[in-house]
Amino acid sequence: MFRRTVESTAATISLVVDGNEVRARAGESLAAALLAEGLLSFRRSAVSGVPRGPWCLMGACFECLVTIDGARQRACMIRAVDGMHIETGEGRRRLLP
Amino acid sequence: MKREESEFAVIGGGLVGAAIAWGLARLGKQVAMLDEGDIAWRASRGNFALVWVQSKGLGMPAYAAWTRRSSDGWAAFADALGEETAIDVAFRRPGGFALCLSEAELEARAAAMHRLHNQPDMIPYPYEVVHRERLRALLPAIGPEVAGGIFSPLDGHCNSLRLLRALHAGLQRRGGKYLSEHVVDRIEQRQGMFALATSAGEVRAARVVLAAGNGNARLAPMVGLAAPVRPQRGQVIVTERVEPFLHHPMLSVRQTDEGTVMIGSSTEEVGFDDHVGAPVLAAMAARAIRIFPCLGRLNVVRTWAALRVMSPDGFPIYSQSMTHAGAFLATCHSGVTLAANHALVLPPMLEAGSLGTELAAFGGKRFDVSAHG
Ligand SMILES: Cc1cc2nc3c(=O)[nH]c(=O)nc-3n(C[C@H](O)[C@H](O)[C@H](O)COP(=O)(O)OP(=O)(O)OC[C@H]3O[C@@H](n4cnc5c(N)ncnc54)[C@H](O)[C@@H]3O)c2cc1C
Ligand code: FES
Repeated sequence: MFRRTVESTAATISLVVDGNEVRARAGESLAAALLAEGLLSFRRSAVSGVPRGPWCLMGACFECLVTIDGARQRACMIRAVDGMHIETGEGRRRLLP
Repeated sequence: MKREESEFAVIGGGLVGAAIAWGLARLGKQVAMLDEGDIAWRASRGNFALVWVQSKGLGMPAYAAWTRRSSDGWAAFADALGEETAIDVAFRRPGGFALCLSEAELEARAAAMHRLHNQPDMIPYPYEVVHRERLRALLPAIGPEVAGGIFSPLDGHCNSLRLLRALHAGLQRRGGKYLSEHVVDRIEQRQGMFALATSAGEVRAARVVLAAGNGNARLAPMVGLAAPVRPQRGQVIVTERVEPFLHHPMLSVRQTDEGTVMIGSSTEEVGFDDHVGAPVLAAMAARAIRIFPCLGRLNVVRTWAALRVMSPDGFPIYSQSMTHAGAFLATCHSGVTLAANHALVLPPMLEAGSLGTELAAFGGKRFDVSAHG
């Protein structure tokens, strides 16, 4: 659904998304990298459990939350970095065991 | 310019004005609710959403009774609002805690509750001092420094943004008018009618209710009343959503119906300034984490500040004008808690044209220095 339209000389990097290797361009946002990969659902709503993905792409809506190296972050506000570990699909977290 | 005319004009579309306006509309009254625009000081959009009883009324037992009455009326109020608007304001009354981080703090709080209940004319309400051992069974998430707390089964909470929306929706469903961008500049009484000069033309009404929050200070003298209220800033932190783990609201921490955790609220005397500041937020967060260490693992999603509407003694003001018959004023700093009274108890009094004797203690005259001379 999304594809990169600009030719780029940026280096190709590799991420680990839900255990699978994914190629991305150095310098692009993590949200862009995942969308280009065809991933539309990044997480589940913490209220209703329905799938959610990036919406505003500017840090305001929190729809694009993913877990990056153990911490929940907005994928649109983070640059993809070689070797990043990303987990998607998380819904409402449990705080207590 | 267009001219509006109705039986009641309510000035202010916050929780106090909207609750009163909806209540009047339910009695079949024609109501126009006047409000400012998008940019305004609005406690109703930034509060902590507790429906809170414990600790209220030290210095004025009538306030303790009034608060309790609203707490007891809240479930029926929320049901009625839900039936009319299909909006669930998420009212729950599981009982609430004020938690203390030392024995000294707990003793001071227990002593204050004791003094509150020892006042003449105080109608007692249930509460208990809960020590650490028992507390741990009720709130397993507490940290090692928590010495105990005060529990009252009357304390609860709601979703106060939905409450505000529901009151507005309910008013409009009943034919009431919401006039935003109608900033009231002057109020005059002519031939038995009130004429309100607003930024969008004149609005006329047979009766007028001043419920303009901090705006009341300026408006009240126009109808012979006094409301020396001042803004008091409160900052709030809200976290990401997590599975429900806090099943009771706390004075400074609560988990909302949708899973976020709110950490509140500072009390700061800074005038009309609703900026947030890292030092205050950091102190609030640090205390919250001492109470519930697991909160330290949560992301903060937003912080904000809003201005409370504070009277000199902290108690509500309900008055009716002696010089301008048909003019009333209502303001308080716990407009969520008192919403049930404002919607269900006040409007019949306004309809009858006279505030009941149970509200005698709340008149604005108590701030008149000459009255004590
Ligand atoms: C941080 C914080 C935490 C709080 N926590 C709680 C809590 O847990 N429980 C609780 O019960 N209460 C709480 N409160 C208090 C509660 O939010 C207020 O009591 C309540 O919102 C007051 O409502 P109001 O309608 O009087 O005032 P506001 O919400 O301030 O509304 C006043 C309205 O009047 C309008 N207005 C003013 N002047 C004019 C004019 N000249 N013409 C037309 N319109 C005018 C304004 O535009 C505004 O919309 C808290 C408040 C704050 C700030
Ligand atoms: S897409 Fe809105 S915050 Fe990332």
